[in-house]
This record gives sequence, structure tokens and C-alpha cells, in this order.
Amino acid sequence: MKKKYSIFNIVKNAFSNNENWKKMWRNPEPRKFYDIVIVGGGGHGLGTAYYLAKEHGLKNIAVVEKGWLGGGNTGRNTTIIRSNYLWDESAHLYEHSLKLWENLSTELNYNVMFSQRGVLNLAHNEHDIKEIKRRVSANKLNGIDSYWADTKQIKKLVPIMNTENCRYPVLGASYQPRAGTARHDAVAWGYAMRADELGVDIIQNCEVKKIRTKNGKVYGIETTKGIIRAKRVGVVASGHTTVLAETAGIKLPLQSKPLQALVSEPIKPVINTVVMSNAVHAYVSQSDKGELVIGAGTDGYNSFTQRGGYNTIEDTLRAIIELYPIFGKMKMLRQWGGIVDICPDASPIISKCEIEGLYFNCGWGTGGFKATPGSANLFAHTIAKDKPHSINAPFNLERFVSGRLVDEHGAAAVAH
Amino acid sequence: MLLINCPYCGERDQSEFTNGGEAHVARPKDPDQVNDREWSEYVFVRANPKGIYYERWVHTHGCKKWFNAIRDTSTDEILKIYKIGETPPLIKRFKNTLRSPSGEPDVGSGNFTVKKP
Repeated sequence: MKKKYSIFNIVKNAFSNNENWKKMWRNPEPRKFYDIVIVGGGGHGLGTAYYLAKEHGLKNIAVVEKGWLGGGNTGRNTTIIRSNYLWDESAHLYEHSLKLWENLSTELNYNVMFSQRGVLNLAHNEHDIKEIKRRVSANKLNGIDSYWADTKQIKKLVPIMNTENCRYPVLGASYQPRAGTARHDAVAWGYAMRADELGVDIIQNCEVKKIRTKNGKVYGIETTKGIIRAKRVGVVASGHTTVLAETAGIKLPLQSKPLQALVSEPIKPVINTVVMSNAVHAYVSQSDKGELVIGAGTDGYNSFTQRGGYNTIEDTLRAIIELYPIFGKMKMLRQWGGIVDICPDASPIISKCEIEGLYFNCGWGTGGFKATPGSANLFAHTIAKDKPHSINAPFNLERFVSGRLVDEHGAAAVAH
Repeated sequence: MLLINCPYCGERDQSEFTNGGEAHVARPKDPDQVNDREWSEYVFVRANPKGIYYERWVHTHGCKKWFNAIRDTSTDEILKIYKIGETPPLIKRFKNTLRSPSGEPDVGSGNFTVKKP
């Protein structure tokens, strides 16, 4: 039965003290065999299962998650969504995603709190200006709403910003009005609920230990809940992708690093857009609760501890305070880290591999959240048809052999 | 934040150092004989283990010298530091008593994958 959320539903449940809401998804024991198993119950994985069932009409699908749904990087990012990437390949990929975001709450009948509040990418020097103007032009050619904003316009959008009396004055910015933020948990929950409705088994607390293969074909997975056989396995395990790939004998060009974020105490609304800066390397937005959500770059070493070092936080906050002196005395409430898998060209991999029936969706690095619906949609297509969609075709594994990289290192404005 | 024992300067804060990625990656001896796939492995593919990891550091804001370290990437504990040119030491005893280094529950920690020698 389709679980609908409506005002009547809310009123009805209010009378019973909100105790009779139905469970959003089942909690099934794994079956012995599935046609398709998705490893990783974050937004990308759950979304993939949803689109497999919804758009490709496939049945007998499971999502296997080692912890709880959305407890990995889906719940650890700074929820920024944008599509103003330089290269055509990336622009198409992220714009595909942004278009799905715009309709996601309606499609899932679940409020993902998608808020198109715009994103500013600041320029602090002559080189930044040239680079950003180039990107704005490239975006326009790809039909993406991207504009050059001068200091006066920035001041109007973000009055609290210190644009002049600082070491790196703000000289301009790119502005994408359709960009914004969304509630990350809701994305995972929304996809999970609708995937479950379509018959997908969502199995939590079930850790994959090994991907089993036989004669160059995938055979199934070994988990803490026993062996699950599968015709096709899609791995969407972010930081732990290389660890899993290795069990199938595949080496991926990924490095796992901690990426930190932090939130402040809640305050009244002061900043109603997302501001990112590549050069001083910090970004900030304000959540609906009023907390400042602050992020930065990765820590500079490989690690699987979801922590990171204080020096990275210090660098980030130094930049934040320089740009917004008004935040100088604020207290930070929480800090955390997630393990991101970074590709040599800072672009993702959504691809088949040399083992038949094994697919990877990884390498999202520091910017996977914005791509959640698009990535899931394209990965589902790749698994269902056993060949990539034209949008994700450039993001194959072979590009590291052919040299046809999609280099989004600097041009994407580092902070994703 | 790590406390790194530079073999030339002694213990210093991690912020003085820069990580140089995997150590002991050998350039193919006869580049003309190497095909695209092997080149790709040499250029792009690096070890990314959860567990023992041989890596390089450089003391950027100090003596500016490079050296090697062995670190457990599941706990960030530095197990051994040695100079460039020395044979990579084998770690015989490697304790990883922390079952969930980042406070994750046992189930779902992914720590079964921790590579031990």
C-alpha cells in the first residue's frame, strides 16, 4: 500500500498521538538469491534500487548496508547542490542530477527540503576571475544558469561578507540561482521508503565481507548474514569501495581520505545563500535550524578513521572568520569526518568492469551528495541495460588507460 | 592530528608535514616495453589499504627532507618511521586493539578488512 503524506494524514495521526504512523520500510532477512544486489545503503545506493524498480521494472532487488541507512557520507556532507561544472561531461552529469532534484519531493511524495537558494563561488584574485568567468561561459553554453556577479551584487546577496579589508579581497563570483541545499537524511529515507514499496529488500546491519566471482562472472556476496547469491552486484560503498573491489581482485584508482565538516550553534538567519571559496578554501551555508554548516577540503593523507585533524578545521575557520568577521565569537557545536574516495581526475566512476555483472559507482570524492539522484538514475540504467547511459559513458574505468580524463580538479571550485 | 617523528628533527606537529602518498612505487624499468594498461597502473593506481600502509612524508615547514612511514590507516597510528633509501621494515607485531576506531558499532565497522601482515 502506498504510504501517502498529506495534511489529512497529519491531522488524523495527531488524534492518536502520532503513535500509529506506519513503518517506512520493512526490515527483512536476506533471501538466498537476488537478481541484483546493491552494496551500500546511502542515497546513491537506495536511489539506484528505486530507479531499477521504478524505471526499469526490475524485481528481486536488495540493498545491503553495513550500518544504518544514510549513516555514511549521505549523512555527513554539507548538503550543497549545484551543477556549474566546467567540462561538458560533468556539466551534463550534474545538470541531469539537478533536474531530478527539482522534482524529487513530488516524485517521492516525501519532502527532501530542496531549497534553491543559490550558490556563490568567490574570486579573490586576477586568476580566479579569469577561471570563473571561463566557467560561467562554459556553463551558459551547456544551458546551465550561471552568472558573473561583481562585488556590489555579492554585497547585496550576502551583506555580512567582508569583501575589502582582508588579505584576499572578494573581487567577484559566479552565481548559480538554481543551486541550493537539501536535507540529506530525507533523501535516503525517501528513496528507501519508495524502493521498499516497490518490493526492494533493504537489509541493514549486514556487512559485505567479500565479493565472490566465478569464471570472470560475479557469483554473489559474502556477508555477516551469510552468503547471498546475485546475478548482478552494484557497489556504491564510497570510502570502502577499494577495500571491497580488492576482494574481487580489482584495483581501482581511488584514494580514501577524511573530509571534515562542522556546524555552529543556531542563530537567526544571516546568510540565505551558499557561499564557497576555492582560494581561501571554506564554504558556508545556514541550515533551516539556523546552524552555520561549514566545510572545507580533505585532510592530506589516506585514512579510514572518520575523524581528520584539527589543523584542517583551523584553516577552514580562519578563512571563514576573515570573510565573515561577524562569526568571530560563534561557538562550533559539532565536528565530524567522512571517508571520501577520490579519483585522480576528481571525477566519479559509474562503470562496468572486467568482471561480468559487477558494477561500480564510486570516486565521488568530496562532491557526491549533489549528484545523488542523477548518479542513482544513471547507475540503475547501467546495471539494467548492462551498458552505460550516454551521460555516464565518459565516466568509465577505461578512461585511466585511454587518458581521456575529465579533469575537474580546479575548475570545479575544489570544494564540492 | 598526528604527531610525526621526523628522523632528522624529532617529534613535530603534523601541520609541518605534507603527505606524499604511497611509498616504494617503482617506475617501470623499460618504459618502451610497457603497454597502456601497465602505464595506467603506474600513473593512477595506488594502494589504498585499510590497515598497514607504507607512505611518504616531507617535512615541508622544517628540514624539507623526505622520509617514509608505516601507518595503520584504520587507527592513524604511526607504527614505524624510516629514512628514504632504507629497506622497508616488515612489521612483525601489529596491534590493532581498537575494534571501532571511529566509534562505529562493531557491526558495520568494516574492520575485518584491516590488513595485518
